[in-house]
Amino acid sequence: MEEHLVDWSRAQFALTAMYHWIFVPLTLGLGFIVAIMESIYVKTNDEFWKKTTKFWMGLFAINFAIGVATGIIMEFEFGTNWANYSWFVGDIFGAPLAVEGILAFFMESTFFAVMFFGWDKVSKGFHLLSTWLVAVGSNLSALWILVANGWMQYPVGMTFNPDTVRNEMNNFWDVLFSPVAVSKFLHTIASGYVLASLFVIGISSWYLLKKRDILFAKRSIIIGSTFGLITSLFLILSGDESAHQVALKQPMKLAAMEGLYEGTTDAGIVAMGILNPKKTISNDEEPFLLEVTAPYALSLLGYHDIHAFVPGIKDLVYGNVEQGIISTQEKMQKGKLAVQALENYKEAKKAKNEDQLLQSKAVLDENMKYFGYGHIKKVEDVVPPVAISFYSFHIMVALGSWFTLLFTMVLFFATKRDILKYPLLLKAALWSIPLGYIASEAGWVVAEVGRQPWAIQDLMPVGIAATKIATTNVMISFFIFATLFTVLLIAEVKIMTKQIGLGSESKEH
Amino acid sequence: MLNIKNIYSFYINGFKNMTIGKTLWKLILIKLLVIFLFLNYFVHDKSLKSEYKTYEEKVDFVYKNLTKEN
Repeated sequence: MEEHLVDWSRAQFALTAMYHWIFVPLTLGLGFIVAIMESIYVKTNDEFWKKTTKFWMGLFAINFAIGVATGIIMEFEFGTNWANYSWFVGDIFGAPLAVEGILAFFMESTFFAVMFFGWDKVSKGFHLLSTWLVAVGSNLSALWILVANGWMQYPVGMTFNPDTVRNEMNNFWDVLFSPVAVSKFLHTIASGYVLASLFVIGISSWYLLKKRDILFAKRSIIIGSTFGLITSLFLILSGDESAHQVALKQPMKLAAMEGLYEGTTDAGIVAMGILNPKKTISNDEEPFLLEVTAPYALSLLGYHDIHAFVPGIKDLVYGNVEQGIISTQEKMQKGKLAVQALENYKEAKKAKNEDQLLQSKAVLDENMKYFGYGHIKKVEDVVPPVAISFYSFHIMVALGSWFTLLFTMVLFFATKRDILKYPLLLKAALWSIPLGYIASEAGWVVAEVGRQPWAIQDLMPVGIAATKIATTNVMISFFIFATLFTVLLIAEVKIMTKQIGLGSESKEH
Repeated sequence: MLNIKNIYSFYINGFKNMTIGKTLWKLILIKLLVIFLFLNYFVHDKSLKSEYKTYEEKVDFVYKNLTKEN
């Protein structure tokens, strides 16, 4: 496969996914914040809360509408740029994505409409139910997408059918409740809740800094920071479980996230560090120019045991007999056996040779879990980009910690003091909106770059997943997408800022 | 029958009374137009679906990519 084509296809998908991910997290969280506000309105019957709900609902709608079709673009790209991959995973992705499509379509077209058009046309109770169902529905949509993504990180619940060259689902529940899918889902939605909370307290802080819509802003801040504090604590817990799953299922990703080349027991976590750019797997340079390490924390985080052995990149590439880790070279040999067995199977089928057919199938089954290694050219190719993984992970963790502190401070000053007198805190809350997006994108980068070179962990490297089409076509569509997405983003920011500028009293919703 | 009429007028009135919603619908339509007309037909005119008509041809195409050519 032409290297440029794979790179352009990857770049195009990364671009789409990252733009799509600008819109999704806010939708996930703001839906619940709006539902909470409307619940207060229904309970208190206070028109103030109706106005407040309508204001945030308007921003929710803008974000939702602009982001709604970028997901479709990703599915379009699966068909055009990733044909081998789409075919190979077809049956596994088909079910969750079909459920997502049906569920999203019915829930959103029905309840979304009631939520926006139904004020004063349906009963308060039904309107409130619709708002909650929209919030739950958008999170359920995320569930199916993340189940599919979780399967790519940890493929389970399927058998490979050499006749169709497809993975066929044999246990739906294994796919749905895979520990990777569950932790990925919980951590991702929690990140969306935190981002939405940052959005609410940030925008409200802007009003307070401008000394306008004060009551509205103060009350919104209390809702936003309470929701943010609870969900950021949950984000930490789900992050811990997510890291544990990465340690168990994708140890190379964990090693890259920590810049850990040599495996060790009692492993410390790098709290802060600067990687040595000269360091590669094949030289003896120090991995860090500067590092501050918290002792035992990586063993604890990864394996829930402060003395556990955490394998480094070298252990995973060259193997570690003492720790029972087989080398990439060995996996490549098994992978090549699997690829050869698939070829033999097809030939035996054509020749109607039953013995060879059975023999090939047996070899294929035995080595299938290393199938992707059969396409790896050299052992070092299984190492993901260490610098991107390391910095993204540490940016995400550092910002996540800041958000928890920020929510605590904002909630305290909003409830116990007059928050208007703390402009520095209000400015910090306002500027934390972009930080929330950076943290959220960094999370995706850790998850996706960290699993390279795999499109499907151990089964299919990205080079094999891509469709053989003209590189120029991919380049053209890359630039079209880049332009389109940027224009849409500018449009969203403009529409949002205009709407925010109108304030909570605006009739334009 | 009355219910269907009510639902119909609920949606129609809702769409008619939209303010920002109209701009948002335009943006969605532009996006879909670019994806499904321009990109689908002029840029990515060849795909597994368009190139190979039968299931067997598709299987054979993917099989070759996963074995011989690597």
